Amino acid sequence: MAATTHKRWRKARVLDVCEVAEHVRQVVLEPEYLEAPAPPGSHIDIGVYVNGRADIRSYSVVGMGAYGNELMLGVQLARQSRGGSAFMHALRRGQEVQITQPLQNFPLNYGKPGYVLAAGGIGITALVAMGKALKVRGADYRFVYGARSRSLMAFVDDLVAEHGDRMDLRIDADGSSLDVPALVDGVPEGGELYVCGPTPMLDAIKAAWAKAGRRPADLRFETFGSSGRFAPEPFTVKIPRLGLETVVSHDVSMLEALEACGADLMFDCRRGECGLCQVKVLELEGVIDHRDVFLSDAQHEVNDRLQSCVSRVVSPRTGGLSGADGQPAAVTIDVP
Amino acid sequence: MSTPLPSTSAAQTGHATFRHFPLNAWFAAAWDHEVGRNLLAKTIAGKPIVMYRTTKGRAVALADACWHRLSPLSMGKLRGEDEIMCGYHGICYDADGRATFMPAQETINPSATVHSYPVVEKYRYVWVWTGDPALADESLVPDLHMNDSPDWAGDGKTIHVNCSYQLIIDNLMDLTHEQFVHGSSIGHESLSESDFEVTHDERTVTVTKWMHGIEPPPFWKRNLQDRFPDYEGLVDRWQIITYTAPSTVTIDVGVAKAGTGAPEGDRSQGVTGTVINTMTPETDSTCFYLWAFARDWCLDKQVITTRLREGVSGVFFEDEVMLEAQQRGIEANPGYDFYNLNIDAGSMWTRRVVQRLIDAERGTDVEETTERAGNAAVAMTAVTEAANAAGANDTPNGTGLAAEVEEGVARHREQPTVGLMGRGL
Repeated sequence: MAATTHKRWRKARVLDVCEVAEHVRQVVLEPEYLEAPAPPGSHIDIGVYVNGRADIRSYSVVGMGAYGNELMLGVQLARQSRGGSAFMHALRRGQEVQITQPLQNFPLNYGKPGYVLAAGGIGITALVAMGKALKVRGADYRFVYGARSRSLMAFVDDLVAEHGDRMDLRIDADGSSLDVPALVDGVPEGGELYVCGPTPMLDAIKAAWAKAGRRPADLRFETFGSSGRFAPEPFTVKIPRLGLETVVSHDVSMLEALEACGADLMFDCRRGECGLCQVKVLELEGVIDHRDVFLSDAQHEVNDRLQSCVSRVVSPRTGGLSGADGQPAAVTIDVP
Repeated sequence: MSTPLPSTSAAQTGHATFRHFPLNAWFAAAWDHEVGRNLLAKTIAGKPIVMYRTTKGRAVALADACWHRLSPLSMGKLRGEDEIMCGYHGICYDADGRATFMPAQETINPSATVHSYPVVEKYRYVWVWTGDPALADESLVPDLHMNDSPDWAGDGKTIHVNCSYQLIIDNLMDLTHEQFVHGSSIGHESLSESDFEVTHDERTVTVTKWMHGIEPPPFWKRNLQDRFPDYEGLVDRWQIITYTAPSTVTIDVGVAKAGTGAPEGDRSQGVTGTVINTMTPETDSTCFYLWAFARDWCLDKQVITTRLREGVSGVFFEDEVMLEAQQRGIEANPGYDFYNLNIDAGSMWTRRVVQRLIDAERGTDVEETTERAGNAAVAMTAVTEAANAAGANDTPNGTGLAAEVEEGVARHREQPTVGLMGRGL
């Protein structure tokens, strides 16, 4: 189950919405039908309305309900995001939404000598079902869950009860922050590390994994391109060749803003993976917040191109450039 | 409908099942020498067609189905200077598809006609227009002049391939596959290592790749030595792929002695070839692939023409095996889709261009507007203008509804036929 599946849309009813941590709500959906149970690591796409526009968001499936046909999601209200989470938090019991079947981009491989699951914050949603599956299978695993404070940690009590000693909570407020090199060291040779968390955490783990000379394929992660090093802020984008200039507000992507002002851009995955919406950077005032997984770290550092579906620009001050005063973020690009 | 899908039909064209073709297009139905005083039956873009030549030499393409009871006219025979006779009941048609003889009656039914497809002979191919004959414009035949220009020498063949024509376009728009499919002839590791540049306009897509100072692959070393027999050094290699909608790809390929200025335009120390490819859909999952290789060196050497034709033929066989297997793979995995990579950018653009042509001729082009909708929209503009002006801050470049409608109407006036096609035939 690795190839890309055709999305099949269907109706789903909202069965329940409840607070499971600070700013995190669990949303339980009952789809019209389900071809098969959601496998660990899967997500659904859901139709949302944001600023009066129909759009699509992806959320990991935390698990199946007791009757076997409900899908549970966990959604963190991200005030600085593009508005999908606000729509999700406003859902009410009985409401109808459109979703796809569970889609799998983050499959769990069985039969490895050892596993480490590492969740940061709301990234826990992608790993809950994996932890359950590994426990049922009697696998050797460790489950690391980090956050700034315990009150932000969705599902934490259930997880501790379920996984006991295998659960390793890392809480900044308690002074037990995640130690990335130790995390990497703790993955047995031939074992796999599954990561879901904010971009800085993923970047740090990727770097440590490479530095330790571990096999790249044994580090597993997925991306929705929805978080970066900086909170989104508005910036100006210019395409001199096409005579276009527009402001990318904090809640739309650069790709969306450019499409809206008439640029004909190529794209496919819209989550920073495929590399098709890449644009050339000609001039930059500020710092690029690369949120894609297509370019390597070395390519990111050159800053001569970016993936317009997820990556953004922040002002020099936000980006921490020395001598930065109040000038706004702007980027000049060319497109294919 | 509450379907939440945004209007991203352009993105859908990246799907594995995308294999549709516009009809308002010239498709190369055959090489010129294949059409003569015999009946040649072929399915072109899903339409059964019979081709022949009149005694005066005009190439004719008629619907291969008798007006009477749909028997294939290709089972009949030629009659007189320009007529074809149905093999079943003897009804005869002229080159324009009009009946000239009916059995057992003294009159000819006025409705007795078969469609005569517009035909153009150009660049050694017989091109057939499968769509609305009113739109058949000879200037839309893709420029393949290298196929019969005195400045070039070459030859080619036709392959019947059991895959969608689009898979061949995908294959030609991304030549990184050469390293893996054609390792023994034209493959080179620099192919997948070098960056490429993609540009496009309404009907064309161009992918440019340069490889500087590389060891020439065997095929190109030999070609360069035709012209510079003693040269053993490194080369600068180029591949400039140009797609012309809906299904023609020319590839400007070659090598020059490294550092002699080829990237800057001086190819005097090199050899240039053009791979001429034009794909003609037969059905949704089969096609005719007409190709030729033309060169600009040693024009008087037939032995080189033959060597290149047979060499390229071998290379393309490797593609054929892979593409037919890919088509079977797509059909064996109906629930699955392509994952498109950055290297697929060229092919993704060609798919978007084709989808827009199809949308335009079906009248489903969301960017175009029909006359009725256009007139209604003009009347509405006054009403909506005020509202849009008020919200202008939200749409910094005047891309509000009014602007969109105005643009659509202007475009419609320029090309009144667009959006009205896809009927009849």
